Amino acid sequence: MNMTQKRSLARVLLAFTLLGFLLINNQSFGQEQAAEAETEAAASSSGPIPTEPARITEGESLFNGNCKTCHKVHQKLVGPALANVYDRAPSIDWIVSFIQNSSKVIASGDTYAVNLYEEYNKTQMTAFPTFSRDQILSIMAYIKAETEAGPGGDDPKGDETNVTQTAGDSVPAAYLNAIMVGLIIVLVLILVVLVLITTILRKYLNQREDLDEDDEAIVNPTLDFDKLVKSKPVIFLVAFLFTAIAFKVVVNQLYAVGVQKGYAPKQPIAFSHKLHAGEYQIDCQYCHTGVRKSKSANIPSPNICMNCHSAVKTESPEIQKIYAAIENDRPIEWIRVHNLPDLAYFNHSQHVKVGEIECQTCHGAIEEMEVVQQHSLLTMGWCIDCHRKTDVNAKGNDYYTNLVELHEQESKGAMKVEDIGGLECSKCHY
Amino acid sequence: MRDNKKTYWKGIEQLSNDPEFVKKADKEFPEFLPINQNEDGGGSSRRDFLKMMGFGIAAASLAACEAPVRRAIPYVNKPVDVDPGIPNYYASTYTNGGDYCSIVVKTREGRPIKIEGNKLSKISQGGVNAQVEASVLSLYDNERLRGPKAAGNDTKWETLDKEVINKLNSIAAQGGQIRIVSNTILSPTTKQVIADFTAKYPTTQHIMYDASSAEGMLQANESSFGVRTIPSYDFSKSDVIVSFGADFLGTWISPIEFTKQYSKTRKIGSGKKTMSRHYQFESNLSLTGSNADYRTPIKPSDEGKAVAALYNAIASKTGGQSVSVKGEYKNIDKAAKDLLKARGKSLVVSGSNDPAVQTLVNGINSMLNNYGTTIDLAKSVNFRQGDEQAMNKFINDAKSGRINGVIFLNSNPVYNHHRGAELKDALSKVSLKISTSDRPDETAVLADYMAPDNHFLESWNDAEPKTGTYSLAQPTITPIFDTRQAQETLLTWSGNNTEYYDYLQNNWKGKITTSGDFQEAWDKTMQDGVLEVASEAAAPSGFAGNVAAAGAAINKNYKGSGVELSLYQKVGIGDGSQANNPWLQEMPDPVSKATWDNYLTVSQAWARENEVTAFEGKSNKAKVTVNGKSVVVPILIQPGQAPGTVGLALGYGRTSAGKVANERGVNAFPLATTVNGVASNSVMSGVTIEVLEEQYQIAQTQTHQTYMGRDTVIQEATLDAYKEDPYAGRHMPHISNWMAEGGETSPGNLSLWKGHKYKNHHWGMVIDLNSCTGCSACHVACQSENNIPVVGREEVINRRDMHWMRIDRYYSSDAAPSDIKGLEEAADNPEVTFQPMMCQHCNNAPCETVCPVAATTHSSEGLNQMTYNRCIGTRYCANNCPYKVRRFNWFKYHDNGQFEDVNTAMNNDLGKMVLNPDVTVRSRGVMEKCSLCIQRIQYGKLEAKKEGRRPKDEDINTACASACPADAIVFGDMNDENSRIHKMLQINHRESEDADYLIETEIGEPRAYHVLEEIGVKPNVTYLTKIRNKDKEEAKA
Repeated sequence: MNMTQKRSLARVLLAFTLLGFLLINNQSFGQEQAAEAETEAAASSSGPIPTEPARITEGESLFNGNCKTCHKVHQKLVGPALANVYDRAPSIDWIVSFIQNSSKVIASGDTYAVNLYEEYNKTQMTAFPTFSRDQILSIMAYIKAETEAGPGGDDPKGDETNVTQTAGDSVPAAYLNAIMVGLIIVLVLILVVLVLITTILRKYLNQREDLDEDDEAIVNPTLDFDKLVKSKPVIFLVAFLFTAIAFKVVVNQLYAVGVQKGYAPKQPIAFSHKLHAGEYQIDCQYCHTGVRKSKSANIPSPNICMNCHSAVKTESPEIQKIYAAIENDRPIEWIRVHNLPDLAYFNHSQHVKVGEIECQTCHGAIEEMEVVQQHSLLTMGWCIDCHRKTDVNAKGNDYYTNLVELHEQESKGAMKVEDIGGLECSKCHY
Repeated sequence: MRDNKKTYWKGIEQLSNDPEFVKKADKEFPEFLPINQNEDGGGSSRRDFLKMMGFGIAAASLAACEAPVRRAIPYVNKPVDVDPGIPNYYASTYTNGGDYCSIVVKTREGRPIKIEGNKLSKISQGGVNAQVEASVLSLYDNERLRGPKAAGNDTKWETLDKEVINKLNSIAAQGGQIRIVSNTILSPTTKQVIADFTAKYPTTQHIMYDASSAEGMLQANESSFGVRTIPSYDFSKSDVIVSFGADFLGTWISPIEFTKQYSKTRKIGSGKKTMSRHYQFESNLSLTGSNADYRTPIKPSDEGKAVAALYNAIASKTGGQSVSVKGEYKNIDKAAKDLLKARGKSLVVSGSNDPAVQTLVNGINSMLNNYGTTIDLAKSVNFRQGDEQAMNKFINDAKSGRINGVIFLNSNPVYNHHRGAELKDALSKVSLKISTSDRPDETAVLADYMAPDNHFLESWNDAEPKTGTYSLAQPTITPIFDTRQAQETLLTWSGNNTEYYDYLQNNWKGKITTSGDFQEAWDKTMQDGVLEVASEAAAPSGFAGNVAAAGAAINKNYKGSGVELSLYQKVGIGDGSQANNPWLQEMPDPVSKATWDNYLTVSQAWARENEVTAFEGKSNKAKVTVNGKSVVVPILIQPGQAPGTVGLALGYGRTSAGKVANERGVNAFPLATTVNGVASNSVMSGVTIEVLEEQYQIAQTQTHQTYMGRDTVIQEATLDAYKEDPYAGRHMPHISNWMAEGGETSPGNLSLWKGHKYKNHHWGMVIDLNSCTGCSACHVACQSENNIPVVGREEVINRRDMHWMRIDRYYSSDAAPSDIKGLEEAADNPEVTFQPMMCQHCNNAPCETVCPVAATTHSSEGLNQMTYNRCIGTRYCANNCPYKVRRFNWFKYHDNGQFEDVNTAMNNDLGKMVLNPDVTVRSRGVMEKCSLCIQRIQYGKLEAKKEGRRPKDEDINTACASACPADAIVFGDMNDENSRIHKMLQINHRESEDADYLIETEIGEPRAYHVLEEIGVKPNVTYLTKIRNKDKEEAKA
């Protein structure tokens, strides 16, 4: 009864949220179109910055993935606000080389760069040597579009989402509570009434003299508890249940030896993924630099923290620990949360770069974790299970082309990791 | 069918069918299991077992209660080019005295873990040898000095510098003599540093000597051509090669380079049906002699005469001046005939250190017009620059107290010079003695100051191995200890405070002759590791050696009496400078298959005469006395040893090298003598041998893992037979089958199993027995790559060596198996075949079917996988393996006090740095074997996937194949039509409906065969037949 009610309520909630999203999306479409029109108008005036919507979208994703941590378009964050940067900076070429390797530009003695460096307390910008000129121009295109859209373009959207969300949340919640309370009162009342009725009936029947023995037994049941407990079926049942449960518990415990699901040790620095990955939406790769190229994702070294924290929240005692680590040249000894045994080989880049698996698939909703905890079992069964269920991400990867063809000749289903040897011992053990 | 009637044997035991051997041969493991030392109690009782089990369970459950806290420690400031989990490769240069190899060092998380050859080098051409491969472990040697020492006590560099400079100044002020004693120095900048030092202290003289001297060659070339150098040899252009005792594939001058060149002449196939012919005249059976087509055992006292005989034979045909030396030797005339046919395309070399012999060799080469073709005097090599006269003068001066200060620059003459004992006594008369050795070695312990040098993997340096060919070395790790590069030490003492790196760069400015930016050119050279500069040096004019005088000298000096002793260097240990390296100590000698010892090699005839018998390396000890100096060594009966001679290896008997090497074997350096004024390893008279009662067992691996009489393992033919029929020598087994056409079918066609379908990759390996020289570089490469433990001498004797790869050495002769007498005679000079043997990755693997826990399984890429954590150690798989390639971990070899003195790579924090982090360190009770370097395969595949392409052939290579200096091992994907292996084997993929096999890999190459083809296990490792360049009639005789 309760369950169904909740479920239907959830549906109502979903409907509300969807409605909210639809509204927002419509609105943002409107905005983008407007922005496009404007950029097109301005396109002729300032040099090589592209204006195609595709490039702007590319730029937006690049900006969000890499720059957002330190830069905003209209506000100063760790680095300068980027509005009009293409007009402000010496040249587009200068911007390209600065982004690709800022320290080189500063070292070359470029006045503009040196001034900038001094102005921002000698905070060095992370080098992005992998960015091509085109990619940087796309980012410029996005910044230009945003600059021309003017400040505040983003904010109303966000606010509105919140409003819609809270409205959608609060109304059904209040209803739910009222309905629940009402129901409980009604049920209790019914119970009381029923008890009253049986008492009165029994009293009335006991007063009657013409009852035979059978009827009397029904009215006043005498339960021989002792006899029941000692009866064979009961003893058997209890014994069986006990052994079965005990067995199950032991087996479960044995399987859980070494399994640390939910392991959430206190770390030497109270770093919050919720804040960094959730609220500020810093890309995982920004800190875990190895995740797309190496076996290990890498715990960031303090110099990565310092990219932002040389300017942000410098007074916090937790941040002070980073400064201490750098000053004393003593590494921060984080406690490993995810421990695979030495005999198992796991490679992040295979899964993240080649397989394009989301971090959250194995690590859970890391962006909501104040303290990181082990989300998955990390047992071999868990690995195998995923390898059985997951389709190979073969699209656009020539390594798999021939394999997919061969697979399609033999089977209609999608090619799973299992089908190309993903369950073999030597894929992980050597 | 089988035209090969030879008998093959691995050891004398097998040849003589020793009953003990026969009994053991069909057992996978020896009976004795001396694990339980409890002799009287008969082991533990049932009660003990229960007690232990109870305790075990309690301990296990306690241990399971709380998982240990593991830490993840990032860098404080991550270097830009170091990413945890991603290996970095740096080009560098291996130099050890005059030994040279251009290398690429693989580092992980900033520590070097593996050495590979540098393919850009024109000298080593991507090849390495066992010593180069093993040198990475020497970096993590626990016996290295932690910092500078003065009078045996720790000190600081500043203090040491101050004291040394004061003393040097006071010596210089009084005009006292200072000497710098080193081995050959290949680095021009180091020589510049020494020149600077000499400028500051003008009484300084720099003396170079070599543990294996080439003084004879240097002197001979000086008298023949007016240049005191060693020329470049090019074996690859030689159709006929004659070597008198020069072990050019193993230890002589530049073995890696020579093996690369030599193997090119031994490659044969449908396109090229010619190969070089190699004659060897020598006393001990060397690695080179084992590879020769014709080998003649000669006594050391015949060495000069044999060279003279060849000289005369050539001179009589070319009209040269003959010498009056008498002597007739087998195969000399034949060699002369072949040489004359191949004028300008032949090469005669000699390992002798006698200038007279070398003069005649020069004369022969000159008559054959080899100068300018196979020998290049203009491009001289610098591998041996030692000056014996200077060294002898130094020792004499020191004895008479004329030397006041001496710096031993990474040299250890007290140990490895034949006059070491004299020098040791003389050093007490020298007031200032300094050593830069990396450890307190035999010389350093006598020094007042130890100023330890960095390991070469921690150093900047350069090298000029050949005129105009340069090589740079860069550090791959910051110095582990408080050591300082010796060059910097010398610079400091000469008052120059430049860092050696800057000094090196300054010295190179102007040398890199590019017009552009110096830094750019420098960086490029550093990245490549090598630099070739066109040299305009002209070759010296014609041969002007005095052959008559040389002949007279030979007549005078070569007179043998009694048994003769020939000292030699082993391929693994060399001159003993890396003796404390357990990988090298446990590497079986390619020929004798002995580990951990040196020994007196004697011929079978000698053994019979002296009533010495041997069983599995166990034999009497003998007391060898040479001119009053005597050593006690175990005896090893060595087929192929020249009658009347005995051999003894140098490089052993270290007393101050470290736990691994100390007291292993005996030091044979003092036994060397002088012939014709130069040091000689041939002792032609004054040798007495007394056989002692005492028995000693040499840890020999030769009869381990035998094949129980299956004798088609080696398949070989002569070149002539091969030219007629490319299938010559092949054994093609057939099985009667009523279903097949003609009633016979090949064993592979019958199978219980359906076979495998390799849709993706199909990894395979080809080993060319014809180019494999048996040098064992692959062996050490495998050990380094796959974290293979060293087990120590006692465990090798117990047949528990762990090497995944063994190089089987078979002796063979043409005598019929029943002709015991004939066989024994043949054993005096047998033919030798080397066969690298590792897991064959069978498609019908017998091991897979017997494993009760499915710990060994087949992969979809043709690999036989071994899963350590699933293995419960029943050893069924090893028992069922027809190739005997599975190794069982009888003990926990890591973190185990019992193995800390031998398995240094797994028992101390320093040694563990060499372990490959991608390969599990196995624990006790599990089986292991060759994985075809699965970690490299997976890595190569992943790199290709990341780039969205198929892996290219050169992307993935096994450790053994990449190390091989002879390119005898080829690894690749047999499904990839562009791969070398596909082309080499001429693979046809045939898909047949009716055959049991889903996909059959058909090999088109006639020489390709599978070992034990008749048992139908269908291996993925293929061998190519051995072809000997012998005349047909002789091979049959």
